[in-house]
Amino acid sequence: MSYETVTFVWFVLLGVLLCGYAILDGFDLGVGILHPFLAKTDQERRLVMNSIGPLWDGNEVWLVTFGGALFAAFPVAYATVFSSFYLAFYLLLTCLIGRAVSLEFRSKVHSPTWRRLWDFGFFLSSTSAAMLLGVAGGNVMQGMELGPKYHYEGSLLSQLGWYPLMIGMLTVSLFALHGAIYLYLKTEHELQSRVRSAITPLFYVFAGMYSLATLATWWHVPHATENIANYPLLWIVPILNALAVLNIPRAMHLGKPAYAFFSSAMVILALASLFSVAIYPNFMLSTIDPAYSITLDNARSSEGTLNIMLIIAGLGMPCVLSYTLVIYWIFRGKVRIDTNSY
Amino acid sequence: MMDVEILSRLQFAGTIMFHYLFPPLSIGLGLQLFLCELASYRTRDPAWEAAARFWTRVFAVNFAMGVSTGIVMEFEFGTNWAAYSRFVGDVFGSALAAEGIFAFFLESGFLAVLVFGWDRVGPTMHLFSTLMVSLGSIFSAVWIVVANSWQQTPAGYHIVWHDVQGESMPRAEVTDFWAMVFNPSSVDRLTHTLIGAFVLGAFFAASVCAYYLLKGRHEEFARRCLSIALPTSLLFTILAAATGHDSAQKLVETQPAKLAAMEAHFETTDQPTGLYLFGWPDAEDETVHFGVQIPYLLSLMVHNDPMEPVLAMDQIPADERPPVWLPFQTFHLMVGLGTMMIGVAGLACWFWFRDSLSQRRWLLWTIVFMPVAAMTANQAGWVTAEVGRQPWIVYPSVQDGVEMMGLKTADGLSESVTAEQVLSSIILFGIIYSMLFAVWVFVLNHKIQHGPESVEALLEHKRTTRADSMSEQFERSGKSHGGDFLEEDSQ
Repeated sequence: MSYETVTFVWFVLLGVLLCGYAILDGFDLGVGILHPFLAKTDQERRLVMNSIGPLWDGNEVWLVTFGGALFAAFPVAYATVFSSFYLAFYLLLTCLIGRAVSLEFRSKVHSPTWRRLWDFGFFLSSTSAAMLLGVAGGNVMQGMELGPKYHYEGSLLSQLGWYPLMIGMLTVSLFALHGAIYLYLKTEHELQSRVRSAITPLFYVFAGMYSLATLATWWHVPHATENIANYPLLWIVPILNALAVLNIPRAMHLGKPAYAFFSSAMVILALASLFSVAIYPNFMLSTIDPAYSITLDNARSSEGTLNIMLIIAGLGMPCVLSYTLVIYWIFRGKVRIDTNSY
Repeated sequence: MMDVEILSRLQFAGTIMFHYLFPPLSIGLGLQLFLCELASYRTRDPAWEAAARFWTRVFAVNFAMGVSTGIVMEFEFGTNWAAYSRFVGDVFGSALAAEGIFAFFLESGFLAVLVFGWDRVGPTMHLFSTLMVSLGSIFSAVWIVVANSWQQTPAGYHIVWHDVQGESMPRAEVTDFWAMVFNPSSVDRLTHTLIGAFVLGAFFAASVCAYYLLKGRHEEFARRCLSIALPTSLLFTILAAATGHDSAQKLVETQPAKLAAMEAHFETTDQPTGLYLFGWPDAEDETVHFGVQIPYLLSLMVHNDPMEPVLAMDQIPADERPPVWLPFQTFHLMVGLGTMMIGVAGLACWFWFRDSLSQRRWLLWTIVFMPVAAMTANQAGWVTAEVGRQPWIVYPSVQDGVEMMGLKTADGLSESVTAEQVLSSIILFGIIYSMLFAVWVFVLNHKIQHGPESVEALLEHKRTTRADSMSEQFERSGKSHGGDFLEEDSQ
């Protein structure tokens, strides 16, 4: 394989890791966003948390591995992206820590105040994490104030423009919808019917945000559509995206929630692919001078490392996928509370 | 206002030392837990299962802390040390990515089965999951220690200059992956680190058991688990001394400056070199106040020859000397604690063997506090290794007779990050970590005070869950009237 090819393969593999993260952690972040609105009693709150209990930790590993793989395959992009989003990423870390401990510690002590505190922490950290991920994505999409020698010249405030914030809201609404469909699959009885009646309004909120964000991208981020214009075959991505969005209410109406969940997963996949198509061949577009942009070419590792990493991924990913499947299989079915639950 | 370098170093030291409270305990407890489960699997004795269930709960609390504080470390390389990340990404990144793919997925996946799967999978699958979680945490240590060791004793790479908008920038690139992985210090440092973790786990388990014996609670459980914890604590404290000695001996070739700092050895002479038992080094006057030294011993320890002198600080260029006071004190603290732990483990095993441990309350109380000693020794060892490496973040090395450039810590920083930003992240994480620490201690104490379930409660629980899953199966197969049989079974 040539250096160019293996570079492109790694760009695609990073996309796969990002999609894996967004689809999997997407539903458990969504469950956190919906937690205070759908679960009324302590028993229901435990049910909602335990619906993701055995899975959220493994889902988050996709993000960690994405970070590690970006570090290895495109160290320059890793270094610049992470140092540019300094405060934003520290807030994201705070959220991820807060979520982990909220889940882990909530049910350890039988006190209403203690539990209310961690319930709130779970909601706040899940929502903020989704928002921050979206804001970061929005910034990367529209380009950032990148000066010479990979030196970021903006600040946290300049990252909070209207467009990134809109993408942040889109992400929150998408994860909430995805999480709601997941919860519908995992719950029963009264709680389930409450979840069911939340899916339709959540769908309209998401569909509204989706249309707005599409128009805004068309107008505000002209370079985003260049690749699609140049390679008409890529039209398939937005078309599939729109079809997947429309398929969610259809599947719910048909009484096939698993199919609806598959559709919302496909929506996330398509959006993440659109994101990759839009930024390619850049990781970070400089709004100061395109010559300062971080591209696949100037960010990549040496050919030797990319090849070794490909072997590592080739050995590791089949294992990862197989035991991920085993674990989802073991914990299939409706969520139940037992002595081992949170 | 302090400068970015000091703040970033403080931040890294603080976040990694906090993180490093948890992984060693996870690795160490993982082994204790696995041995408990293995005993439960072999004997089918419900008392062993109750013990394994108890350690699983303790393990899970600790594991969650390790994972969530670990993500911070991965982000920090990019956020605070961007120049470093660009310099080493080609090498260091691949080890980090391997950690993600080979270790994190394994441990997080099977942790779910370990914690939530007691009533969902059979004993074989559960034992297997425990083994996988244990192995996962060990693999994680493997890759992270490999990455760190490469910074200490780099190998298998060359420096390539890249043109970045008109300026040449150096970068380390892998030439030989296995030489990078098995660099001169990887294996020694890895075994020493893992054994340090096993010591901590063994003492932690022993500590909880000793506490129960002192309070007269769960005594049957305590004796059971001590029969694993005490022999392993003795074995691993002795191995820790042996591997520590190996690691230190390598330093004379790979990092002589670190060795000189650890021993506050300022002046090279042709006399044999002594070893300080303790002292108060003063780098400015190049002396050690209140020092007590055993002659010949350092020469003997380092060269296996009491007469051969050891290279001192004066052979290192002035701007490449590490600080002395901190590595000296932390190294001596680690060795002192290690020696004490061998003694305590030895005594405890002796009295255990003689069946009179429970009468020696002073020894039981000492064991209760041993995890603090083990934790401190682990931290101190890490401080010695990292501070002794300064001012280098990547040590310069010789590859095939060619002197390779290193990278100074000061040159590894993110250019775009300001002191205010770093300070605010330190304050933010200072608050979060203090709260986390309090909650962790609180919850851990809660678990320990609650103690393991009784064997009767466990058997009752197993009966009801079996009945539950049976009625579920009846419902699924449409036969919802299995009541008579079930009632009979649960009586």
